[in-house]
Amino acid sequence: MDPDDRKYTEEHEWVQLTGDVATVGITRYAQDQLGDIVYVELPKVGARVEQSQAFGVVESVKTASDLYAPLSGEVIEVNREVVDHPELVNQDPYGAGWMIKVRPSNPGELDRLLDAAAYARHVGG
Amino acid sequence: MAAAQIPTRNGLPVTPLYDEHVRQGARMVEFGGWLMPVQYQSILAEHDAVRSRAGAFDLSHMGRVFIRGRDAMALAQYVFVNDVERLTDGRAQYSLACNEQGGVLDDVIIYRLGGELLVVFNAANRRRMVAWLEQQAAQRGYSAAVDDQTGRIAMIGVQGPASEGIVQAVCDVDLADLEYYASRRGNILGSPGLIARTGYTGEDGFELVLDAAAAPQLWRNLTEGEAAVRPCGLGARDTLRLEAGMPLYGHEIDESTTPYQAGLGRVVKLAKGEFVGRAALEQARERTDLPRLVGFRMLDNAIARQGFEVQAGGRTVGRVTSGSPSPTLKANIGMAYVEPALAAVGQRLEIMVRGRPAAAEVVPVPFVPHRTKKRPGAAPKQG
Repeated sequence: MDPDDRKYTEEHEWVQLTGDVATVGITRYAQDQLGDIVYVELPKVGARVEQSQAFGVVESVKTASDLYAPLSGEVIEVNREVVDHPELVNQDPYGAGWMIKVRPSNPGELDRLLDAAAYARHVGG
Repeated sequence: MAAAQIPTRNGLPVTPLYDEHVRQGARMVEFGGWLMPVQYQSILAEHDAVRSRAGAFDLSHMGRVFIRGRDAMALAQYVFVNDVERLTDGRAQYSLACNEQGGVLDDVIIYRLGGELLVVFNAANRRRMVAWLEQQAAQRGYSAAVDDQTGRIAMIGVQGPASEGIVQAVCDVDLADLEYYASRRGNILGSPGLIARTGYTGEDGFELVLDAAAAPQLWRNLTEGEAAVRPCGLGARDTLRLEAGMPLYGHEIDESTTPYQAGLGRVVKLAKGEFVGRAALEQARERTDLPRLVGFRMLDNAIARQGFEVQAGGRTVGRVTSGSPSPTLKANIGMAYVEPALAAVGQRLEIMVRGRPAAAEVVPVPFVPHRTKKRPGAAPKQG
């Protein structure tokens, strides 16, 4: 089951807010749909991301998919591990497979995202 | 003769193994007009299985058409570019059908079975090619029947270094004696069929043709029996053939390309006599200005995909025909048409990926050496 300590988007990203740091990744459902992930492209530290705008790319063997930011803010950390080992996203999408950390410019944006139950209905329904 | 009624799901034709694929957890996608498995659990795991041991492929979507009758050989000689007169009983040859302009209509494997020929077409081209054969036969007054058996017979591939032992366990043909690009009739788990030593991976392997009704049991035996060969989908089929430097219709070859551009000139036998496209191909062979197909390997960390622009010196010089990760090489590879002056091994290119240039260099194909056995017991064929 998807962890309930974070919020979800309809495009299958998750965001976990701890203090003033938001960690972002893709869901278990997303990595399963993609299949083997072979490439992840992430923004640089210092880049701005905007809610619902593309912030990077994830590629499987057969396709490339945009990553959409669940919130707006400034990128303060990028997970080099997933860039070097994209399979981490398949293996541990909610833990070691995290992608970027963001300082949110408007934490209220998270209110319009889905909780775990709503996300489960979104993918199951 | 009308093709057999082919069952459908969600409006798309399915093979006799559809229920098996679903039961085994395959992700089904549309390909060539059919609903086919693209993967079971993992394209990378399926690819690795074939290179390290063996994998099983459902190939029953491919067009299988028999050409029979007094003028069967004459029809094939006229429609296809390779010399079918040199094809002896029990052997197969790779060939192409070209249009009058020398563009490629399809690539095929032709098996000679006594007085008749079995031609295997790409799934997407089957209907068009059957009509083409019938049209050419009528125009030339050939006494030949074109019998599309696609719906009645299944085809299962077993590819990989361990495939001989695995296939030997299910058929009564002595495989130690079966050469590459040869075929023999025999019994496959008691059901009459054809065993061919052909494939699309660069590995030793076999393609088994048998009645549709007998296919599910064979599939279960191969993938769940003692041998437990991993079932492999179209995703792995594509990464394997790309590593092997083999063209895919609609990517490296189509009606806008001549065989010579794709490096397939050796398949065209201009001296054999009259055939469709001969005059155009004679001219095409002399052209030095047309784009040429090359293999490339990415130097920057990016994946090239079909349709991506190729640049050199800041200008457009070509287009990617296929691209993907190479699980065996742990690099990203691809093929592209480029200006002939830039086709030399070592040439630096830039592939435009999402608006930014990514460095690549031309490398020889195949990317991964073939290990098909010309004569069983002989050293693997190089190149």
